[in-house]
Amino acid sequence: MDLHFTSEQATPQEQAIVDAQVARMRGDIPQRSYLLPVLIAIQQRVGWISPGGLNYASNVLGVPPADVYGVADFYALLSTKAQALNVAHICDDIACANRGGAALCAAMEAALGPAGAGEATTWHHSPCLGLCEHAPAALVARAGETASSMLLPRATTGPLLAILAGAEPVRLPIETSLPQFGDASLKLLRRIGHVDPFSLTDYERSGGFAALRRAFEMGADAVMREVEASKLAGRGGAAFPAGAKWRSVLANPGPRYLVCNADESEPGTFKDRAVMEGDPYAVIEAMILAAFTTGCELGFLYLRGEYPLAHQYLSYAIEQCRAQDWLGANIQGSGFLFDIELRSGAGAYICGEETAMLNSIEGYRGEPRNKPPFPTQVGLFGKPTVINNVETLINIPGIVLEGGAAYAAIGTERSTGTKLYCVSGDVSRPGVYEAAFGITLRELLTLAGGVVGNLQAVLLGGAAGGFVTPEQLDTPLTFEGCRTAGATLGSAVVMPFNDQTDLRQVLLRIAAFFRDESCGQCVPCRVGVVRQQELLQRLSASAPIGDVASERALLKELGQAMRDASICALGHTASSAAESALSKFAIFQPR
Amino acid sequence: MSETTRNGATPLVQLAPDAMTPIPRGPLPILPSRPSKMIDLTVDGRAVSVPEGATLIEATRRLSIDTPTLCFLENLTPVNVCRICVVELEGSRALVPSCSRKAEAGMKVLTDSERVRLSRRMVLELLASSVDVSTAPQFQEYMRRYGAHPERFGAAAAPANEGERDAAVPGRHHTGHGHSAATAASVAQPVKVDNDLYVRDYGKCILCYKCVEACGEDAQNTFAIAVAGRGFDARISTEYNVPLTESACVYCGNCIGVCPTGALMFKSEFDMRAAGTWNETAQTQTNTICPYCGVGCTLTVHVQADKIVKVTSPMEQPVTNGHLCIKGRFGWEWVNQR
Ligand SMILES: Cc1cc2nc3c(=O)[nH]c(=O)nc-3n(C[C@H](O)[C@H](O)[C@H](O)COP(=O)(O)O)c2cc1C
Ligand code: SF4
Ligand code: SF4
Ligand code: SF4
Ligand code: FES
Ligand code: FES
Repeated sequence: MDLHFTSEQATPQEQAIVDAQVARMRGDIPQRSYLLPVLIAIQQRVGWISPGGLNYASNVLGVPPADVYGVADFYALLSTKAQALNVAHICDDIACANRGGAALCAAMEAALGPAGAGEATTWHHSPCLGLCEHAPAALVARAGETASSMLLPRATTGPLLAILAGAEPVRLPIETSLPQFGDASLKLLRRIGHVDPFSLTDYERSGGFAALRRAFEMGADAVMREVEASKLAGRGGAAFPAGAKWRSVLANPGPRYLVCNADESEPGTFKDRAVMEGDPYAVIEAMILAAFTTGCELGFLYLRGEYPLAHQYLSYAIEQCRAQDWLGANIQGSGFLFDIELRSGAGAYICGEETAMLNSIEGYRGEPRNKPPFPTQVGLFGKPTVINNVETLINIPGIVLEGGAAYAAIGTERSTGTKLYCVSGDVSRPGVYEAAFGITLRELLTLAGGVVGNLQAVLLGGAAGGFVTPEQLDTPLTFEGCRTAGATLGSAVVMPFNDQTDLRQVLLRIAAFFRDESCGQCVPCRVGVVRQQELLQRLSASAPIGDVASERALLKELGQAMRDASICALGHTASSAAESALSKFAIFQPR
Repeated sequence: MSETTRNGATPLVQLAPDAMTPIPRGPLPILPSRPSKMIDLTVDGRAVSVPEGATLIEATRRLSIDTPTLCFLENLTPVNVCRICVVELEGSRALVPSCSRKAEAGMKVLTDSERVRLSRRMVLELLASSVDVSTAPQFQEYMRRYGAHPERFGAAAAPANEGERDAAVPGRHHTGHGHSAATAASVAQPVKVDNDLYVRDYGKCILCYKCVEACGEDAQNTFAIAVAGRGFDARISTEYNVPLTESACVYCGNCIGVCPTGALMFKSEFDMRAAGTWNETAQTQTNTICPYCGVGCTLTVHVQADKIVKVTSPMEQPVTNGHLCIKGRFGWEWVNQR
């Protein structure tokens, strides 16, 4: 294809950045799948995607410039306009807004001017950064030759400004995210805080790779049977049985791919981050196990762009595993070949949706695909693909070592094993909690030190989830239990709000989130989320069109069309929080 | 064949079945030996059979059911984004897009249930409340059919200034945190007039992706335009919104040919509309063969008051499926200058 370019030329620096990325490309996957890594590299070093840099990347990868622009302009962390090199992304999402996030935004505005302005340093509002247990959270990205980015817990104005100017941040130990730290009954979280996340030796010494060795002895068929017997359900939100998914991928001819979904962007969700920052090798081992069982030869670990520390640990862990023969051709002499590509997102919640993720990896806009066909049949590069959440995967080693039946004995009949819960909001000890399925909401909140203040509502499942009332605290936190309560467990967000919280503000923030994060592909969602936000704004301002009742009816209709006619689950669930709040609480009542 | 067929309106059932199958990408497939296997399903309680691989819309058309479409076109790969063609499929939680969903044996489909009508009406209302559909007669007919009332969403917000929508930053908009009452956001914006052949009036764009497909893989292989931005700020754009004259555009006009709303319009038509002289009822359409090269594309020449006002090409044209090049599409200026 002959490409046509505008006259802008890349700087030598931009050329070198692109060339360095290109030199690292694998030969066995389409070149275009390096588009996002190339754009991210330019962004990190140059601070934006310039027309010259874009032309150069476009030419080298053979992707038309208009197309590359469409991709670059899809992601919130990529800028297609020149901007300040040092950028703070301040979380003002539902867990942070009331715990200093909104105040921090105001302080940034006072110090640096309006969001986006500023020559050398600027700031932006951010959706949830996956650090809700340490609200308010901020992400600092410093572009340049020695680019660095960092996620800041409990951010405050002074230190944040200093870090923007080059100071090193103070990091909180990972145990501070695990209030149960030291509890001997922990399974999935047992290593976190006890091992050096960089150390492969630590990992092996604490039982790491025992499951993989065992799996090589058992053979893939036997592992598959144990996974099926475990009744392990996906932890990414949809609760799809992992065994059935794996079986269906295996039924399709190879090559097959494995994708580990580490995009974790559902507001209120931070469990995968804690795992990856505390026990990165466990994720690698689990991916190898999954690939071995399903016959995948290449895996992609798609990590949320806002998790720089996890990126550092995981990329180091992958290098170590390659060096020590845990990745590559003929792993530990087993004859099994497998490698992992670590890929970063760049600020797009929708890329956590599995088919959007596939498009993102392939170098296209992160727009979900219509299903069927399902990724198990037609997935990455058109091949059968296993996609699993981080937490789903890290359950596999235990299943291999202890057996599927033993695993299935934990929890309830339909929700087996232990679960990681993300508890934040108005609670004494926010953090990641591990408990066997079946724990009730009341018990979990008690474990977390109880609600601060008088409980008004609990948001379950995040922005895509729904609210439960104080009367529903005995709901068991299982997939089926939450459904019965008219909510969803989703990604296991448990966010209590006390009676000081203005639920209308929470709903408005959720509505803004969906407006910001819709990919824009399909009409019901692209326009629907905007109309939903406007409608909630009108109700909040007591300025309904018609009366409150007709607005509520309109919201219902809108919700039904989004649920019925949208392409993906973002649109399907975009109205669920608002609809559940309106049905359960006395807000926006007709006067 | 009349113009309206391209949006799947009334006479489509008369199309040869082959013309309804979207053109696959890549090399030509080896055609299965006929007769191909037939699939039996039920649509609105009536039995119908379609060849294996056919979509649900094809099944509805075999029963003379007129399924509305906006983003679907027989000569483009389905993108299934507008969702107006959704139907209710027994056993499926959500509705399914009939333009792309393959028929399977035993499927039970409803095309006019309460749920289907609600979603179709809502799609129309969402679009018409945010997009200028005044030059989309087919769209307006759908609005009448489904009783759409876009004004339910309130007064339209002020149009964007030039370049404002093109400068939107993904993931960031600057309203929605406060308690102020809102007007209905729209894509209204100034028309882009940057060349003598056609204009881009994105205030009329429903983001059906057809132009992108026609410019890219499905016809022209030029890739001058793509979808940029995200969410409600998503839009059709060249790289960095450069004028067409600096882009890869070769002015084949195939994007104009597929645009369902008049967002992409011949400059001749645009100027005549602006002057109030555009009058479709006074126009004649004559098919002729393009004189420029040996391909032999069919041209439909639209003439008003002895002047050619635009050139289209019938989609059933076997060689080019309605796509043309700059010469056939625009090379008639000299005719008007005699
Ligand atoms: C808008 C949206 C965002 C999602 N984000 C994530 C995510 O961040 N992490 C994740 O594991 N799954 C996410 N999912 C669910 C995935 O589509 C998919 O179901 C999941 O990765 C499958 O893995 P599992 O079966 O192990 O849960 C998201 C879904 C949607 C619709
Ligand atoms: S539902 Fe929303 S996020 Fe999903 S494809 Fe449609 S526009 Fe994109
Ligand atoms: S005129 Fe042709 S080349 Fe130009 S944008 Fe339209 S389809 Fe692409
Ligand atoms: S310009 Fe026309 S063809 Fe292109 S997306 Fe918009 S409405 Fe569709
Ligand atoms: S980090 Fe702020 S809401 Fe999650
Ligand atoms: S016509 Fe089927 S989704 Fe647009």
